[in-house]
Amino acid sequence: MSARNLVIVLALAGLVALLALVPSVANGYQLSLAINIMNYTVLATAWTLFSGPTRYVSLATVAFFGIGAYTVAVLGEVLAWPLVLLIAFVIGFMLSLLVGLSTLRLSGVYFVIFTFGLAELVRQLVTWYEVNVTRTLGRYVFVDITTEQIYWQLLALAVAVFISGWLIQRSKLGLALRVIGDDEAVARHVGINTTMAKVVLFAFSASFMTLAGAVMAPRWTYIDPAIAFNPVVSFQVLIMALLGGVHRLYGPVFGVIPLALLFEFLLAKFPNHFSIMVGIAFLLIVYAIPRGIVGLIEGAQLSLHRLKGAKA
Amino acid sequence: MSAPLLSISGLTRRFGGLVAVDGVALEVRPGEIVGLLGPNGSGKTTVLNLISGALKSDGGSIQLRGRALEKLPAYRIAREGVARTFQLVRVLGSMTCKENVIAGLAFGPKSRWGEEASLAAHQLLVRVGLASRANVMTSELTYIDQKRLELARALAMQPELLLLDEWLAGLNPTELRDGIELIRSLRAEGRTILMVEHVMDAIRSLCDRCYVMNAGRKIAEGTPKDVLADPEVIRAYLGDADA
Repeated sequence: MSARNLVIVLALAGLVALLALVPSVANGYQLSLAINIMNYTVLATAWTLFSGPTRYVSLATVAFFGIGAYTVAVLGEVLAWPLVLLIAFVIGFMLSLLVGLSTLRLSGVYFVIFTFGLAELVRQLVTWYEVNVTRTLGRYVFVDITTEQIYWQLLALAVAVFISGWLIQRSKLGLALRVIGDDEAVARHVGINTTMAKVVLFAFSASFMTLAGAVMAPRWTYIDPAIAFNPVVSFQVLIMALLGGVHRLYGPVFGVIPLALLFEFLLAKFPNHFSIMVGIAFLLIVYAIPRGIVGLIEGAQLSLHRLKGAKA
Repeated sequence: MSAPLLSISGLTRRFGGLVAVDGVALEVRPGEIVGLLGPNGSGKTTVLNLISGALKSDGGSIQLRGRALEKLPAYRIAREGVARTFQLVRVLGSMTCKENVIAGLAFGPKSRWGEEASLAAHQLLVRVGLASRANVMTSELTYIDQKRLELARALAMQPELLLLDEWLAGLNPTELRDGIELIRSLRAEGRTILMVEHVMDAIRSLCDRCYVMNAGRKIAEGTPKDVLADPEVIRAYLGDADA
């Protein structure tokens, strides 16, 4: 490992350690805000893991997130916590494999619509089941997890997402996905099993989302399908990832932080016009910064570099 | 005469009512450069698409060293040892030249990765004359350089059979001369090539044998000199003398 890499690794480890100390200094409101940011960091980065290189825009984020939350609602009081998380992970992985195998032959707008439909379908199925079988729409989540523990679990999950993302990027799978994103026909003709590559990564990404939902579930003492499968979550994740920039693994973080704060502000000040405001924010971002904040910074660096080169 | 590397028989593909490829048979022997000619719309590119698995055939057989290819998906055919370039050049736009070549090295039958792939990619870029452009984004390349890069990516797969689809089309005279030289140098390496081409100079100077197609059928085969003198071939290209 070169000296520069060592410095980067140490700096990142220091950052994680600092972030782990947040609950000891933050008050209740700040901690809840930090949890919100951490949750969206996991979701948006997991989203980018798959959608960034392949450019397959998925609106199924909340389907997996909600399934994680429901796993906790159903099993949280029955089983030990690590086991509940493990089961949520397995369910998310299996379901995403199934979804992936049946849908990743679709591309472009068809895939977008399908994923959106999937999230709604799961919500309707859960609603139907609760109404007709359990005969109560809502569920209470009583598990012995403190707010601080939720934060730490999300932090650990975020670290896991980043490490897996980094490993994938350096692997052949990472290159395969970039080739697919550029030109799927070329990908097939250089020997890439495109379906397999997409399904595997989709499942990875979705499993992280499911885990985030499971970890977040104790935040609500009461959940029903409208809360757990709220489609706004999928859109917010998408917009955060786009604002940050999806061509870098760390990109989405730059979108998550400002937007999580903005949404918090809008919810507090304009609770009745929240959706309109989010819509406007979405339009502005797509029009004004199509390559995201990271893209802007890199663009500026490049022009600066060229300017220096021209002078020299 | 050595056993054929590629042997195709009865190959058929329909698009709706149109029979784009109609019972075509052809053979390519190891080390040969074989041309596939014919007027526009005669089904040449469709034949390449069928061999490489971009399209599925409606009938007939395609064998590479006796292994059946016609039922395999494109990525498996690539791993069996068939590489191709595209009629409309296709480079990977978000990557550098070197990364484009590594894409060809990493997933083929003799997969290479890491330092080894990096070295091999550099050698291939030298081979096609792009050594100085290794870290340039492909979007900044000229047309001929994009074609060179596409060739390097195909060669990276160390294919047993290389399919070139009008690789020389759209080049100016100087570029064309360089392009022909490049393909000739591939023959010297012992590569086996099946090329769809319109540029007659290239066909005469490069091809050992040619097949000529018209309206989905094979109408002639033989040396370039013979087929280009064949009355039916002339009729296919130019129409009847008294028309």
